[in-house]
Amino acid sequence: MLDDTDRRILRYMQSEPEAAMAILAERAGVTATTLSRRLDRMRDLGVLRGVRGEIHWPALGYAVEVSLRITLDKTQARAFDAFIAAAREVPEVIEIQTFLGSVDARLSVIARDMKHYQALYRERLLTLPHIADIEALMQVARVKSESRVPV
Amino acid sequence: MLDLDEIDRALVRALAQDMSASAGALGRALGLSQPACWRRIKRLREAGVFRAARLDLDLEALSFGVTVFLGVKLATKGRVSLEDFERAVSAIPEVQTVEHVLGLYDYRLRVVARDLSDFERVLRRRIMALPGVGGLEANVLLSEEQRPGPI
Repeated sequence: MLDDTDRRILRYMQSEPEAAMAILAERAGVTATTLSRRLDRMRDLGVLRGVRGEIHWPALGYAVEVSLRITLDKTQARAFDAFIAAAREVPEVIEIQTFLGSVDARLSVIARDMKHYQALYRERLLTLPHIADIEALMQVARVKSESRVPV
Repeated sequence: MLDLDEIDRALVRALAQDMSASAGALGRALGLSQPACWRRIKRLREAGVFRAARLDLDLEALSFGVTVFLGVKLATKGRVSLEDFERAVSAIPEVQTVEHVLGLYDYRLRVVARDLSDFERVLRRRIMALPGVGGLEANVLLSEEQRPGPI
């Protein structure tokens, strides 16, 4: 569905999502017309969804980020759906993932400080439905962080 | 800490969804002139509200069907240099993120692959060949959603 030119364009766009179209065309070795036609096509195909901004929460006063690994009580038929629906209601939950493996779900939670996190944990997170076990991983450092894939 | 009013918050929400939106279009949606909107965007960006702009690609359409989170425990702490491990793991193209965490593991990796056998190749040839890898735990991602967060 995608050819080498498309992939080359995506590679350059991944490394510099905000580059001007003229620069991108030059790097990818295509004309501006070809570039815009290719981009339109990839948008239509749904391959290219857009350019998102990743919020740096500490700049907005949220200094703490915790990853909560959760095991759900699978004897409850609707445990996953009920848990996810309730987690969506907590504004400080910025990411919800589900897995096949030794944990069932993971939440990324941000808080202003440890006191705020404590309150959130007790009042909003531990009270989420069907939790069998919960375990926290505190992030020390982000060593590599890319949405890039080897296209 | 940055002081944001309601319009700033709306701008952060909109840019998080689409970093390529123009100041003119955003201004029209929020009842601001183009220059006023541009100044607000500039202030937000300069304050470091956005960590990065990310190209949002449909990984399945690009035939990356599998995302796996790997928990890595280092074998011989003290003898393996963390810097060596971090440099080597960050150089693997299929490894999207590397987080240094406190808890059950030392590192948490996000790995993309075309399918399970491609993942096996990455795991055996690249990850297990890294200096100092002790224990590994894998969780296959089933679903993922990014939430807007408390903004």
